[in-house]
Amino acid sequence: MEKVRVAILGSGNIGTDLMYKLKRSQILVPTVMVGIVPESEGLALARKEGLTTTHEGIHGLLAKGQLFDIVFEATTAKAHREHAPLLREAGKVVVDLTPAAVGPYVVPLVNLNEHLGEPNVNMVSCGGQATIPMVHSLRQVAPLEYAEIVATIASKSAGPGTRQNIDEFTDTTARGLEKIGGAPRGKAIIILNPAEPPILMRNTVFGLVEDCDPEKLRRSIDEMVKRVQQYVAGYRLRAKPLIEDLVDGGHKKKVTLYIEVEGVGDYLPKYAGNLDIMTSAAVKVGEEIAKHLAAGTWEKKRAEAHS
Amino acid sequence: MSEKTFIHIVDSTLRDGSHALSHQFVAEQVARIAKGLDDAGVEVIEVSHGDGLGGSTINYGFSKQPEVEWLKAASSVIKKGKLAILLLPGIGTKEDLKMAGDVGAKVARIATHVTEADISEQHIGLAKKMGMKAVGFLMMSHMAPPEKLAEQGKLMESYGADVVYVVDSAGALLPTTVRERIRALRNAVKVDVGFHGHNNLSMAVANSLAAIEEGARWIDGCTCGMGAGSGNTATEVLAAVLDKMGYATSIDLWKIMDVAEDLVKPIMLKPVRIGKASLTMGYAGIYSSFLLHAEKAAQQFGVDSRDILMEIGRRKAVGGQEDMIVEVAMALAEKKKESARA
Repeated sequence: MEKVRVAILGSGNIGTDLMYKLKRSQILVPTVMVGIVPESEGLALARKEGLTTTHEGIHGLLAKGQLFDIVFEATTAKAHREHAPLLREAGKVVVDLTPAAVGPYVVPLVNLNEHLGEPNVNMVSCGGQATIPMVHSLRQVAPLEYAEIVATIASKSAGPGTRQNIDEFTDTTARGLEKIGGAPRGKAIIILNPAEPPILMRNTVFGLVEDCDPEKLRRSIDEMVKRVQQYVAGYRLRAKPLIEDLVDGGHKKKVTLYIEVEGVGDYLPKYAGNLDIMTSAAVKVGEEIAKHLAAGTWEKKRAEAHS
Repeated sequence: MSEKTFIHIVDSTLRDGSHALSHQFVAEQVARIAKGLDDAGVEVIEVSHGDGLGGSTINYGFSKQPEVEWLKAASSVIKKGKLAILLLPGIGTKEDLKMAGDVGAKVARIATHVTEADISEQHIGLAKKMGMKAVGFLMMSHMAPPEKLAEQGKLMESYGADVVYVVDSAGALLPTTVRERIRALRNAVKVDVGFHGHNNLSMAVANSLAAIEEGARWIDGCTCGMGAGSGNTATEVLAAVLDKMGYATSIDLWKIMDVAEDLVKPIMLKPVRIGKASLTMGYAGIYSSFLLHAEKAAQQFGVDSRDILMEIGRRKAVGGQEDMIVEVAMALAEKKKESARA
């Protein structure tokens, strides 16, 4: 199949990292990189990689509308709220990496199929992408009562946007655990750790489940880890899953998973697994959308999504 | 005769003290203790989960009752003093802060790791907007040099904090290192400066005095020396020492002793004291809240709690990373098994 052409809106760290990942895709090809600062490093690197570039923001992008079908938004939530209606009008499908959440939250392997056909989908949060698949793997085996995650990231990998609105992470991730992960109640915690050299992203997932066969849980967990690894290379369990009987909890079990995410190091440093998992998952989402665009089944999906 | 220097005392029996009870307070106890503290003249009475609002989790331990019940109970009995809460951005959210404000909290203490003050901007801002007194709480102060701490305190001041604290979460500071930090912070900010000590090296009172001598005017304590690790500065001891040294406080010494002896001591599960694990925390600079979690993991996996804590120190864990404790304990147990086989 011919590769589907995509544009990257935002020439910062995320946009630039995304470009290198998209260049490796068998399904997508990046054609346009958009910034707002002419001399930005991201734009210079994009030119070097043969992409068409513009520093005229959204309007520069829309003027090149014939060059792409999908847009990866890697700016800010505020900017995306302004861009979203314009991109929709231009008939472009958007994979949104900002916290704007104009469209539904998607996590590959969990709920993407439900939202193929949406003109705009949102990537939740780094913690959400790292943990919701695992919460889903528990729920596939046993009724889930509660899910809680602790994401610890290197201070250096948390940009000013994340810092100024840390509640956006905790709230969005907690709702993601509930709405996508299927936990009746979810809680998310984020810790910034300033250690030098910087730590890799860590995620601890706690799940309270009804009584079930621990072997089945282990198999489901292992299988999900392998499936995530197919699109996030540095995703792994730091320790064996810990499955304990809850004291005073009747027959309930407490499951603890220790996950580490190491970045590939395309443009972002390897310790920034939290950013790598966002760009990696976004590419995966873009690829699934592209398959439908290329096969001509997008419109059908779109009708289904809105029926 | 010159006027006595006034020291504001904040009692955290019902917040930091809750660590020692694994957050199992019930509203009726909260009301009784808060009333006692208020009658004894405590100016600020802090009530929250030990890890701050929203801390009731698997990671930190579920509290016996929702925090809103504790806050309502305290609010209904506090007449002279002010009800305070603690919130760690990343654990609690603005929604939690709004809830606390709605049920009568007047002081919001917003805590971050000593190098991460910029995650507190929205929460300090919201507290001010709600008409609360905002306090910036720089945890694990021993982990940053005085200049860095001063820079971070200045950030909190710029967000609207009325007081900025040097928080010795690990009980790892000594009078000299307290002095350096308080001095640097005072030189950097115009607002008042405070100190929160832990007794892991038996330095809580001495460090509080060092802080006062450098100009800190807000000092934290817990009755009976409750609190995470080896506990906080004992409020009743602090009150006695300050009185003896000629400082003024709002506290009635006999009454605060009664609160400690009659209301708090009977509900303590065991005395909060310096044990080998909590001493290790002060020695190695480990977050005091890890204590009971580390002791439990040590028992569960058959390893020494000190080995867990030292390894956590090597991994440079910060406050809130309780999730690392069991993982480290499992890894140590695995290693022990391997060396036994070898």
